[in-house]
Amino acid sequence: MGESLRIYAKLVGAQGRAQASYRTSFWLDLIGSSIIVGADLIAVLVIFSRVPALGGFSISQTLVFFGIALTAFSIADLVVGNIERMRNYVRMGTLDAMLIRPLGVLPQLLANDVGFRRAGRVVYAGAVYVVALSYADIDWTPGRVVLVVSAPLFGAVFFAAFFVATATVAIWWVESGELANALTYGGRDLTSYPISIYGGWFRRMFAFGLGFAFVAYYPGLALLGDPDPLGGPAWLGWASPLVGIAASGVAALIWRTGVRHYRSTGS
Amino acid sequence: MKVIEARGLRKEFVVRVKAGAIRRQKRVVAAVDGVDLAIERGEMVGYLGPNGAGKSTTLKMLTGVLMPSGGDVRVCGFTPVPQRVKLARRIGVVFGQRSQLWWDLPLGDSFDLLRHIYRVPAAEHALRLDRCRDLLDLDAFMQTPVRQLSLGQRMRGELTAALLHGPEILFLDEPTIGLDVVSKQAVRGFLAELGEKGDTTMILTTHDLADIERLCQRIVVIDHGRVVHDGTIQALHDRYRSRRRVIADFDEPIQTDIRLPGVELESSTGTRLIFAVDEVGPLISQLTQIGSLRDLSIAEPEIEDVISRLYLSS
Repeated sequence: MGESLRIYAKLVGAQGRAQASYRTSFWLDLIGSSIIVGADLIAVLVIFSRVPALGGFSISQTLVFFGIALTAFSIADLVVGNIERMRNYVRMGTLDAMLIRPLGVLPQLLANDVGFRRAGRVVYAGAVYVVALSYADIDWTPGRVVLVVSAPLFGAVFFAAFFVATATVAIWWVESGELANALTYGGRDLTSYPISIYGGWFRRMFAFGLGFAFVAYYPGLALLGDPDPLGGPAWLGWASPLVGIAASGVAALIWRTGVRHYRSTGS
Repeated sequence: MKVIEARGLRKEFVVRVKAGAIRRQKRVVAAVDGVDLAIERGEMVGYLGPNGAGKSTTLKMLTGVLMPSGGDVRVCGFTPVPQRVKLARRIGVVFGQRSQLWWDLPLGDSFDLLRHIYRVPAAEHALRLDRCRDLLDLDAFMQTPVRQLSLGQRMRGELTAALLHGPEILFLDEPTIGLDVVSKQAVRGFLAELGEKGDTTMILTTHDLADIERLCQRIVVIDHGRVVHDGTIQALHDRYRSRRRVIADFDEPIQTDIRLPGVELESSTGTRLIFAVDEVGPLISQLTQIGSLRDLSIAEPEIEDVISRLYLSS
């Protein structure tokens, strides 16, 4: 296990050196992605300049959900975001080269293309989260101290599983990229707001069916100590590790099945 | 000991064919359709076939890249796809059309990364790398990023990369494709030497039959996903009765009615006679008697001819 980690660290390091060989592109990407990320926060602030509350939550409460969701998403995006390139690997047949090495394909794929340029977003998201927490009136208990750290981490696990599962679809359906993007970025935007603002089948399907409510909403409620306007029990706030692990299990299953169905390309 | 054993190996692909404006019809195509193979340790086998015959698909099933649709396959005692990682340590693969090196890093960095990936002891790695540097002249471009290498240099790098962990079987999918004559010679010479030592089994697909003549005693020819020939090159010549040609030029136009067993007059144009023969001796002594012989040449049967006859007939 330790040995494997060392090998992946080597691969990641090699990738860093490779990216450093395109210096200007690296800095432009880093700056570009920080600007895009700033736009999300502005959107929340603009909404609250018009309305006092969203789904029963004030701006400081909403920003806690927003902070957890953004931090979780940017960690997942940093680590596994590159899996969206999966469809290129499938289309070009370059997955072959990874399948003939004595390492897992998924870790290779991730190590092959770690998005250092997205590191800036994690820092930014973390800053937003910390500021949001300081404005929210949180009654700190040992449990909440654990939760404040674990919520974005398990949220990241959930997003990562979602990234992997949707990208794997490319093995069967090469042009699936836009669908995967709609689901992952849509999922991030969905979790950035209290889910009580969504209605009917949409909430049932995405927030509970797919589990997005457990990324930011329920852990956020547990942090704030607020009851769920939807009437859910308080322990749901602590369920995000279970949901994250379950999502990873499903994603692993889809991935394994996908790799066995890999068709490669001619010659 | 057999290092590769396949029985009834199959791979089917579902293709959707246009059948109207929107409608698509599903059709199942067998790219590999019941291939049997048994390869002993140390053999060098040429795996031939026209484009689309199923060569690459077979190699991908043997190396654990593709899951077979049917049949049994064991490579180094492993079942390729389920035991892919264990198998990967024991085999080396070179895809002529697909790089396994780190595109943006110096060639030497790729070799160093591979040492870690395959967990090769440093001393062993250095020994093998030194040999390859010697035989393949790598020193001039070890520090060059792979993306800046010429195809010939890159292919020498790919070969080295596939050998650094001391594989028992080397799979080569068109290793000389696109190379110039000098690079081809270098690659062939290197593989020939590796083969002579006898501890590396090699499976080679190629369209360049000179590769085969230089390297392989045994050839397996596949067409439409089935094995149509498995044996020595000589056996293939025998089977298609490919014969040597004797070309005789005379000083003046000549007619002849030479009748010898195993000799056939193929063409007669003025001063030139061309015969297809089993045995050269008796014909030559006859030729010197029927006229004033100016020039005489003997052409060995071309493997190209035999293979193209094989492709056409199957």
